[in-house]
Amino acid sequence: MSTLPTVVIATVTVPGETVPRVELAPIAVETLRELWDEHGPLMFHQSGGCCDGSSPMCFPAGEFITSDRDVLLGRLDVAVAGATPRVVDFWISAEQFEYWSHTYLTVDVVPGRGSGFSVEAPRGVRFMIRSRLMVTFA
Amino acid sequence: MTVYSNPGTPGSTITFKPRYENWINGGWVKPVRGQYFEDISPVNGKPFAEVARGTAEDIELALDAAHRAAPAWGKTTAAERAAVLNKIADVIDANRELLAVAETWDNGKPVREPLNADLPLAADHFRYFAAAIRSQDGDHAELDNDTVSYQFHEPLGVVGQIIPWNFPILMAVWKLAPALAAGNAIVMKPAEQTPVSIMVLIELIGDILPPGVLNIVNGFGLEAGKPLASSPRIRKIAFTGETTTGRLILQYASANIIPATVELGGKSANIFFSDVAQEQDSFYDKAQEGFVLFAFNQGEVCTAPSRALLQKPIYESFLSSAVERTRKAIQGNPLDTDTQVGAQASNDQLEKILSYIDIGKQEGAKLALGGERVDLGGDLSGGYYVQPTIFEGNNSMRIFQEEIFGPVVAVTSFTDYEDAISIANDNLYGLGAGVWSRNGNVAFRAGRDIHAGRVWVNNYHHYPAGAAFGGYKSSGIGRENNKLALGHYQQTKNLLVSYSETAQGFF
Repeated sequence: MSTLPTVVIATVTVPGETVPRVELAPIAVETLRELWDEHGPLMFHQSGGCCDGSSPMCFPAGEFITSDRDVLLGRLDVAVAGATPRVVDFWISAEQFEYWSHTYLTVDVVPGRGSGFSVEAPRGVRFMIRSRLMVTFA
Repeated sequence: MTVYSNPGTPGSTITFKPRYENWINGGWVKPVRGQYFEDISPVNGKPFAEVARGTAEDIELALDAAHRAAPAWGKTTAAERAAVLNKIADVIDANRELLAVAETWDNGKPVREPLNADLPLAADHFRYFAAAIRSQDGDHAELDNDTVSYQFHEPLGVVGQIIPWNFPILMAVWKLAPALAAGNAIVMKPAEQTPVSIMVLIELIGDILPPGVLNIVNGFGLEAGKPLASSPRIRKIAFTGETTTGRLILQYASANIIPATVELGGKSANIFFSDVAQEQDSFYDKAQEGFVLFAFNQGEVCTAPSRALLQKPIYESFLSSAVERTRKAIQGNPLDTDTQVGAQASNDQLEKILSYIDIGKQEGAKLALGGERVDLGGDLSGGYYVQPTIFEGNNSMRIFQEEIFGPVVAVTSFTDYEDAISIANDNLYGLGAGVWSRNGNVAFRAGRDIHAGRVWVNNYHHYPAGAAFGGYKSSGIGRENNKLALGHYQQTKNLLVSYSETAQGFF
């Protein structure tokens, strides 16, 4: 019996901060659980630029090499309650973070086709970011 | 006015095949795993053809064919390759309407654009590189009386190219023409959002090229793009898209120690100085159109002028005229030549644009026009249409900082020259920009001071072959659309020749 997913809120990972910055909509949690079963551990890197820019790209963990010029925005545990944690790190480039830091990100899933090398695309869905203003910056 | 019939209906210029296989070694090849995906037309949101869902096995087949073809193709004369490129250009010209309807159906763009821009530019692009390779010289230097350094251009061999979905044929041609001219064999992966129009083109031009010189494998990025980009069997990878995949491509290239060119988009500033409104003449009219060009191709252009910077004294008047002009833009059936704004290329693109309109409102930007999805009714009801949208705000807002890739412009004001340049350059990207002024000195200086690879001065959205195109900052690496692109597809061979009979004297 599977547990119906609820929203998963990320841990706080940005140094000096006390409130989370990113969360997964229930459908994103469900999708990530299935993708984890298929691909193993996963990660996100937030894209910018043209075409499929602004999409959160999901890769097998470690596939995308992050650097000191990336910010870990949060860690999201998509495991069902009581199971071994399945933690998905969510990254964004430091330069993009400077312009995005006043917004809180929700990872959603919409029907769609193609998104770079992101792992969900062959399923006919896309991860997508919905944003709202961070309370602390409002 | 012409309204082209829907593909496959009586009177249409094209009937799509029910299924498009991969194009490998000069013929149609079924995907090894036998899987297909549906191509959806953004015009009505309905599937219209099946497309091969290529995987690593198909990429290997394509690479096999390319490696077989590359040595002989690389030894052809520049004159022979130029003749091939010119023939391709002639075929594009002769089939302009057919290709335009295919492009519109695949991508959603209003058919007037492929008819008058994408396809004439594509043909001219082949002709430009035919001329460029004919006229390219190697060089030599007489280093001393007995020593001469000769430099030869050689093709790289087999190269990989990954194409975006906003101009499926033209963007493919931007990459194909220099690579073919330089004598390379190619494995190309089109975008999975728009996989068909390029196959319609290859159906027309396939027999002009020797088998294996151009191979096209469709499929998803993860399943086909990654095996291509990370393959140790390519000598170069070219990509147009967004930053995360761009970095991943560069990462794969570093693992194989091969060159990569990446074009990753921008957030182009379009700057209007006060003197533009000095007179209400034809130049003012041109500048107004220059503002509205944010909606060209539904904003799905890497250089869309999606940040408009208006000098304070003309802010209100220029903007109100521009809003009225934008309001008159005709949105409708993309196959109608009167239509100026068509459909967004995919459902997820539509969703992303709406999410940006939402955050724009949350951040306090003022909506001056549009902001909604459009239901055109009838058969077009399921298509992906968004109203041309104009926001007023400031440069720190998300809608000013990321390429929405929709018909959305973010407008702000500036006080003086320094303020304009400062706002224009306060952005991660540096692909395009526009400068509008009747003062040539101001326009020239602004053009030089903006950190972007292409600055249009008193015009916008022209892409003539010959004018180098590429990014500064996070917009990427490399130049296309100019003979400089040949260098991205060529190796340099230096022959250092001594004509002396005398030993060097070390031993």
